[in-house]
Amino acid sequence: MKNKKFSSLLKEWYEGNLSFDERMDSDIHKKETAETEEKEIRLVKDVEKAEKELTSKGYKFFSVIFCVILALILILTVNFMPLFADDSTPTANEVYEHYVGEGRDQTGAVNTVAGMILDYRAFDTLGESFVLFTATCAVLLLLEQSKKQKVKEKESFTFSNDPIVCTIVKIITPIIIVFGVYVLFNGHISPGGGFSGGSVLGAGFILFAMAYGEDNAAKIITPKIIRVITICSLSFYCLAKSYSFFTGNEFNGIHSIITPGTPGDIVSGGLILPLNIAVGLVVCCTMYSFYMVFKRGRLD
Amino acid sequence: MEDIITVFRLLLLISLVVCAIATALSKRVMTALIIFTSYSIVMSVVWLLLRSPDLAITEAAVGAGVNGVLFFITLRKLHLIDKDYADDEEGKIDEGVNVNEE
Repeated sequence: MKNKKFSSLLKEWYEGNLSFDERMDSDIHKKETAETEEKEIRLVKDVEKAEKELTSKGYKFFSVIFCVILALILILTVNFMPLFADDSTPTANEVYEHYVGEGRDQTGAVNTVAGMILDYRAFDTLGESFVLFTATCAVLLLLEQSKKQKVKEKESFTFSNDPIVCTIVKIITPIIIVFGVYVLFNGHISPGGGFSGGSVLGAGFILFAMAYGEDNAAKIITPKIIRVITICSLSFYCLAKSYSFFTGNEFNGIHSIITPGTPGDIVSGGLILPLNIAVGLVVCCTMYSFYMVFKRGRLD
Repeated sequence: MEDIITVFRLLLLISLVVCAIATALSKRVMTALIIFTSYSIVMSVVWLLLRSPDLAITEAAVGAGVNGVLFFITLRKLHLIDKDYADDEEGKIDEGVNVNEE
């Protein structure tokens, strides 16, 4: 053991290859453990002291006063806001009239909200999709555990042994997924769209993973599939919107082949239907991977 | 009919405030989580009455469904919910994380 370099030893210790006795057999370690114990005792005392300070009367009094003042400020701010659906609000201007009056003919979407967020303000929605993608990356970076690190028995718990959860979820999951797909595909006709349908779909897949066990769910929805779907959806969104941005310019002589179609048809609204599906898939993958990473520490 | 809807709206808004305060004041974490989920459900009905059904769908799916599940998993991993049950059996409720865990 003495022949090994310190860095490799440290690496082995970190990866958990050394047994507990091997780690503890040197005198330095014993001294260190004694010191750490002292430190821990001091830390506990400090925490107790801080808790006493926190629960003292002065602290409570000032925290209550602070909260009341904050609430008063917020309520006063709400009081200054214009009334709901008032004609004199600053938002009731020509932009709103244009969206409501000509949005249906220009975008081909019966649902004006879908026409707004996926046609007039599509780059806004692109940014929101990338926020979700970044959130997934951040959660994976922070919470992902390697396969070597075994989850403790106390921490691992499963819902698939519960008969009530299992039976009800098995009946209800297909209905939820079909409803999510319906909301997704009818985003330009009825209320809903990418974010709503995607979150319903994601909730359905989470229920599926709960009822059948995460191991079985991970065999069907592998990390590769999640990765491919997310990247393809985001790239498709970028390319499609770049195309319509480029051809929207009337001076370069290129005309867009995408037409609004007949408002009310399922295949209408130009790019709104495919963009809705792309956004929905990204949202669904985000929800599902959140659940898997929170529950197991990894996607597979 | 208008009056009934107005009363219904008032009830919903009052229950929103009550849910929000109860979430902050409840001592057991599991209770707070369930009240928070019910807040989301009431909020989705409020969105529906404000004529934005798409937001209502999202609120019901994310706020009541996914959010609740993620909170539940996190609290379970921090052993905050298990501690609730253990204290319940002993007949007393204590707050805070178990410091002496292992």
